Amino acid sequence: MLLFVIFCPIVAAILIMVGAPARKTALVASMLTLAITLFLLGSLQGWQRDYQHVTSFSISPDWHLSFTTGLDGLSMVMVLLATIVTLAAVWFTGKIDRYENAFYGCLLLISGGAIGAFASIDLFFFYAFHELALIPTFLLIGIWGSGNKTVAAWKITIYLAVGSFILLLGLILLYQSVPVASRSFDIRALKAAAALGQFSLEAQRHIYLLLLIGFGILVSLFPFHTWAPEAYASAPAPAAMLHAGVLKKFGLYGLLRLAIPLLPDGARHWTSLLVVLLLGNIIYVGLVTIAQKRLDWMLGYSSVMHMGYIFLGIASANILGVTGAAALMFAHGLSIALLFAIAGEIRKRTGTLLLDDLGGLAKVMPFAGLAFGLGAFAASGLPGFANFAGEIMIFFGAFKNGWEIERFCLFQIATVLGLWGVVISTVYMLRAYRKAFMGTLAERWKDLVDLRPMLCAPVALLVGALLCYGFFPQSFVQIITPAFRPYLSANK
Amino acid sequence: MITAPLLEIAVLILGMVILMFEAFATKIDKRLLAFAGILGLAAVFVASFFVAPSPSADQATGFWSFYTADSLSIFFKQFALLTTILVLIMMIDYAPVVENSVAGGKLRSALGEFFAVPIFTCAGLMYMASAIDFIFIFVSLELVTISFYVLVSFTRRNPVTLEAGVKYLVLSALSTAFLVYGITWLFGVTGQTNLQRITESLANTGIDRSAALFGMVLVLVALGFKIAAVPFQIWVPDVYQGAPTPVTAYLSVGSKAAGFVVLLRVLRPFLMLPETHRLLVLIAILTLIYGNLAALPQGNLKRLLAYSSIAHAGYLLIGVACFDGRAVIFYLAAYLLMTLLSFAVLVIVSQQTGDRISDFDGLGKRSPFLAFAMLIAMVSLAGVPFTAGFLGKFFIFYAAIAQRQIALLVVGVITVGCGFYYYLKVVRAMYWQSTAKMDKIPISALSRFAMSALILAIIGLGVYPQPILDALKR
Repeated sequence: MLLFVIFCPIVAAILIMVGAPARKTALVASMLTLAITLFLLGSLQGWQRDYQHVTSFSISPDWHLSFTTGLDGLSMVMVLLATIVTLAAVWFTGKIDRYENAFYGCLLLISGGAIGAFASIDLFFFYAFHELALIPTFLLIGIWGSGNKTVAAWKITIYLAVGSFILLLGLILLYQSVPVASRSFDIRALKAAAALGQFSLEAQRHIYLLLLIGFGILVSLFPFHTWAPEAYASAPAPAAMLHAGVLKKFGLYGLLRLAIPLLPDGARHWTSLLVVLLLGNIIYVGLVTIAQKRLDWMLGYSSVMHMGYIFLGIASANILGVTGAAALMFAHGLSIALLFAIAGEIRKRTGTLLLDDLGGLAKVMPFAGLAFGLGAFAASGLPGFANFAGEIMIFFGAFKNGWEIERFCLFQIATVLGLWGVVISTVYMLRAYRKAFMGTLAERWKDLVDLRPMLCAPVALLVGALLCYGFFPQSFVQIITPAFRPYLSANK
Repeated sequence: MITAPLLEIAVLILGMVILMFEAFATKIDKRLLAFAGILGLAAVFVASFFVAPSPSADQATGFWSFYTADSLSIFFKQFALLTTILVLIMMIDYAPVVENSVAGGKLRSALGEFFAVPIFTCAGLMYMASAIDFIFIFVSLELVTISFYVLVSFTRRNPVTLEAGVKYLVLSALSTAFLVYGITWLFGVTGQTNLQRITESLANTGIDRSAALFGMVLVLVALGFKIAAVPFQIWVPDVYQGAPTPVTAYLSVGSKAAGFVVLLRVLRPFLMLPETHRLLVLIAILTLIYGNLAALPQGNLKRLLAYSSIAHAGYLLIGVACFDGRAVIFYLAAYLLMTLLSFAVLVIVSQQTGDRISDFDGLGKRSPFLAFAMLIAMVSLAGVPFTAGFLGKFFIFYAAIAQRQIALLVVGVITVGCGFYYYLKVVRAMYWQSTAKMDKIPISALSRFAMSALILAIIGLGVYPQPILDALKR
């Protein structure tokens, strides 16, 4: 079942490349994956912390390398996110002029890579699946992008390639730092090794730093974030949806998966560094976001900024904060995908995303205005949306962090500063909304048409998931927490 | 049961038979000779899987004291055979160019030799894989080098090719001189030419270490020339660019692989010495930096591949410096597949348009199959997962981390980033750029088959590397 979810998009991509009708195949494939994912979600036994639906094929006995996939609560939620956003992204892709088949193929490859990475238990494939998205992203931005696409495509590709090779070094070091007999890329075996205390403190520090830099580049942690806004601004909307919504969560997911169970001491050692960097994300990038004059750049920067909250949740090292981080990953993925989708539709109609040129669009495109408004409210953390649930858990968790680092009340200060981030994001989101959709309608936009009725479906899908999660966060929290409970203290 | 030496004998006989046909059967289509060569080599390739193991090196005497048939050598014999088969396939595609530039339209007089000489090179490469004695190493190396003298300047009407041929001749002869001089020093110090015995006598305390080390450095210079390591890489860009494209492919795969096999064997006695180790690390770092940085601004694909072959020599040297033979060999196998694939595409496309990167503009529209093959080759050379090239880099970095070679790792990761830039430049040309020419590029069925096989092998090995790991364990 799970294998089908992973390989359905990839096989569909191959079929499309060799000439199957692009849009139909892609839609059918992504609907199928979503349906099966929902079925898997239903059959997931949430209270168990073991992996379920496990299948394993041995690849290299010498290296203890095997293709092992399985789901626990956390990866289930991420796979669900990936499949929802994939369906929405495929749906939003309209007519493509050049190489239509390749466009859909690339989209599905990114999606298949992301799903594969989230569902892999084996670290080698966890890494390799993520990289599957690298070349399609390069092509998507390069061929179908807009604006300064050449620079953007090079930047994202080289950044991510270097980042992932640093990550690879970290993973190899992780593999080598257990005794020869128990070496394995299987995360369950590594957890067992960690339980026996086989990762020395020094090794943990080195590995964690490598992982933090590697994942940090992939997630656009503060000093390594410059690739992200430009790439998202230039990418075609479906690519930006998938990349910002799903693929970027890979790094955060990796930190949650590896750092907390395997490297607690390493994580603790570098906490101060991480907190400073994530404040850079929240405050510095937040202020930069306010200064943006184009909608796509603003969304790109805002997605960088929100990563700061998620890092804060991961750094908090208690069950509330970490669960909040996982929740916000899911919520942010949906909301940013929605925003990029609407922005893409606006660009398609108007040809510009300069905020000063737009204005009053809600009069001619009421549904787009509504959808963008909902996305903007969600992204700025309005209660009722999933983002709010995630953020509030993160802030509570971080304020009472698991390690109780007394020095300078680091986490308390960080939380207070992080709360200002909510204000910042409200400022830029509402400003963008006002400038683009409210006010007077320019003469030249009089004839714009609203989203076709067909496009209401993916919007409804994304908004529905956001609201559903926002009103019933407990049901998701219940399936996420078992993954962390053995490793973290509950919030006392 | 077949013994290993029979393989080389078979290849040599095959080469001579083809030469005889070339000399006496003037009426036939010379391409038949290439097909015969491919079939013959394929038969030897199949036979090589049924070779009986040789006596172990310790008590070897007579013939077996300079010839070994261990798993490493068998693997490289297969490697050489496969390379030669693929190069011959490329040569068939390249034949029109040779006809135009050699015979001046007069019959297909020179083609036969063009197809026969690589078979002798192949025999030389196979001998080199088995050589465990300096004399034998020297002789087989010369067999390879001399046949390359002929091949590099084969299209001799072309002044660029002629220049390449002369450069290769002069510098290669110089490196041979270094090799012989190094061997004499080692012989003078230890009184042996057999590598095993040299190892034993170096362990004795009564040996002049510094003299032995000097001899080793001289040998290293000669091999550095073969594998295109900095600072002996000067010849590479010009010769690679000037030589006929299939020969360039042969040079960059066959010659380099043989150089690495000999390097692995020759260095074994010296690996314990810290000086050797430091020297290798230094050469590896220089090679990585030079190869990758010089490749960045290249606009000519053939020249780009030349610099990329220097860059890959750098990654291979990381493996050598970390004493991990398995990683080196896996990397070489991956390198064989992806380099030959890229050259196979280049041979076909360059006859239609040219060998600059801009000549590949719009290939994705013109010929999706060729573009896809090139995409896989480039992506694998850059090191994207699920390709053989990635696993090669993975094993190399694994070895470097195990040895805690921080400097090599830092340089390695940065240069991988460079690699992504210049390999993807080709991808960009094929898919982003558009071109006015829209006519299809014809591909012969044989090349299409060979390319498909290479693509499948690259992806297959990238997902399931066990066959090669097993072949080395045997």
